[in-house]
Amino acid sequence: MTIGLTHYLVLATILFVIGLMGVIRRTNLLLLFFSTEILLNAVNIAFAAISKYYADMTGQMFSFFIIAVAASEVAVGLGLLVLWYKRNGTIDLNSLQEMKG
Amino acid sequence: MEAIAFYLFSILTIVMFSIVVFSKNALYSMSALAAGMILISGFFFLLDADFLGVVQIIVYTGAVMALYAFGMMFFDTTKDVKEKFQSETITKVLWISAGVLLLCIITAPFVGGHLALDTPLSSEILDGANNPQAVGVVLFTKYLAQFELAAVMLLVAMVSGIILVGKKMDKSITLDEQLERKVETEEFDVKDNR
Repeated sequence: MTIGLTHYLVLATILFVIGLMGVIRRTNLLLLFFSTEILLNAVNIAFAAISKYYADMTGQMFSFFIIAVAASEVAVGLGLLVLWYKRNGTIDLNSLQEMKG
Repeated sequence: MEAIAFYLFSILTIVMFSIVVFSKNALYSMSALAAGMILISGFFFLLDADFLGVVQIIVYTGAVMALYAFGMMFFDTTKDVKEKFQSETITKVLWISAGVLLLCIITAPFVGGHLALDTPLSSEILDGANNPQAVGVVLFTKYLAQFELAAVMLLVAMVSGIILVGKKMDKSITLDEQLERKVETEEFDVKDNR
């Protein structure tokens, strides 16, 4: 039994849906960041698989840039998160609603 | 052989990421996420993207997860995360429908049979051992401008991270600040009374 491109794409979709579930469900900001990492990793797998099965390096390059973006996102996002925790003492998503509209 | 590795890695990755999403303890989530990142690098090695796999291990499990681990020192991570989930049924309907839709979008062209590839197109640049060389050639010719932009972006992110977190690093952030705030407000009250 050979593993085709479809297998990898289905796997990437499953992982993406797990991450999506986290983004929709969790309200803790730190766990939302974790879910975002899962989303980015799922897309990376799809890019690498397409890069192999179509014999084109472009997919891998996109994966590299996604990894770079994820790393900088973590640096900035975690900094903002620490600032928010310093100010409010909580990192719950509902604490961001300051305007009681 | 490839099939065994693929299914093993996919089952383990799915389990790990499910733990990340469903665990109540942030520390367990982080450990499971680190394990999942390493398992994902297994897929990259399977896909002959050796350099990408190494970068995945170094950047994600080495840098990003370490950053999260350091960041989590600021938060109470031993306690269970208290979350108020709003209407579970709506979220369930949302993510299940989103998942089915996404699966249809991604697999529809392949079920149609026009794009399905069971065996990779042959190419010597995608050989596993030559992969780092091929990556270097493509990265420093075709994608040089993007590469430099990414470098500048990482520099900006580093500076902003230092500035955001490093400010007032000499003060304790949780207990002392609340005490100071209390003292300040009391002082203001006293002044106002005068």
